[in-house]
Amino acid sequence: MSTPAYSRILADGLWHNNTGFVQLLGLCPLLAVSSNVINGLGLGLATTLVLLASNVTVSLIRQWVWPEVRIPVFVMIIACFVTAIELAMNAFLHPLHAVLGIFIPLIVTNCCVIGRAEAFASKHDPLRAAVDGLAIGLGFTLVLVLLGGLRELLGQGTLLAQAQLMFGEAARGWTVQVFHEYRGFLLAILPPGAFIGLGLLIALKNVLDARRRRVLAARALRPSVEG
Amino acid sequence: MHPTLRNMLTAGGILTGFALAGTALVVVTYQQTHPIVAENARRALLANLNELVPAERYDNDLTADTLEIRDPAAFGTEQPVTVYRAYRNGQPVALLATLVAPDGYSGAIRLLVAVNADGTLAGVRVLGHKETPGLGDKIEAGRSDWILGFTGKSLSDPAEGGWKVKKDGGQFDQFTGATITPRAVVGAVRRFLVYLREHREVLFQRSPDRERSPPGGIQR
Repeated sequence: MSTPAYSRILADGLWHNNTGFVQLLGLCPLLAVSSNVINGLGLGLATTLVLLASNVTVSLIRQWVWPEVRIPVFVMIIACFVTAIELAMNAFLHPLHAVLGIFIPLIVTNCCVIGRAEAFASKHDPLRAAVDGLAIGLGFTLVLVLLGGLRELLGQGTLLAQAQLMFGEAARGWTVQVFHEYRGFLLAILPPGAFIGLGLLIALKNVLDARRRRVLAARALRPSVEG
Repeated sequence: MHPTLRNMLTAGGILTGFALAGTALVVVTYQQTHPIVAENARRALLANLNELVPAERYDNDLTADTLEIRDPAAFGTEQPVTVYRAYRNGQPVALLATLVAPDGYSGAIRLLVAVNADGTLAGVRVLGHKETPGLGDKIEAGRSDWILGFTGKSLSDPAEGGWKVKKDGGQFDQFTGATITPRAVVGAVRRFLVYLREHREVLFQRSPDRERSPPGGIQR
């Protein structure tokens, strides 16, 4: 088994193999929760925490778990961490927990969590597994925040509304009213807006990747033309 | 021992070990967080109650002085409804109840309704709903002033026939593009007021020996 470099793991998780943009895993919570930035950030960070904890644990125990029972063991580890994190959020981030509701326990069913346990953490050392969990989780958070920002901006003309749910009363004034006297664009907040928004973001990523490939190809060609 | 059997037992043993370790993690987290979670829920409830009946108007423990009443016809739900009773110097001040308006546009709307001892509304707030964003969600106090219009109203102002949305010939505004949602809220509040007209005395009564037990006859 080849051991990938840390920079490679980070680049894959955040961009090239991004859960939301490329693997398209965990779309149910992604589409449902991303109606504003704060909800997206909350679910993204909770998922990152679960990924980090489950990846490290799976990597630590990878020698002792038989292949026959590995899937039930992984599921159990993930379920326990999700439950523990849900209880902790209910205790310390009560209002945000109330808003995200069912989507916190549903992190258990996010395929990207067990996917990383099976495909990466069970084959690599704990440090690499931790970096991978962090990168994949932050990549997922990035998509949630971008999509949440897009929908919140188009839907109600604000950014960071209800920041106090996550950061306490001091954050009440963080809301940015981008468009004044904005009537709101309902489609962006409703479920179809989530699909359309995600589609547009994926298209944007593909355009950026294609442009980068063209630049690299042109750069590779130039010496031979000049020489 | 047969090798297959030994394999099965070992695999089972591994699973059991992880199940025990995982359960232990959850148990410890639950024990650590449970008191904080319960206190959070109590504070969130009290904050909601105090928004309608400010703390200086009563002197009893509002979250503990409660009744559970089951009356599907009056409350629109099979579940028992919790009624919170506010007193000052032993005199009735207000009753608060968490109601359900079952006939919202997309499901039930959960309401908190507060009624003063004289039968006027101290206020109504929406606790939870699944109405259409941008249309039906104007019932939230944070999105429009509509829900504040209930404050001060009673069954005599407007008269009982006026407890409908304007489209149905009543006194209450509907929203552009959303009539069903306000109709459901107005209906639920009216039903509660009618219920109180008949039962207010009994609800406020405190049984002399056990302060917090519900008076007989209410628990149907």
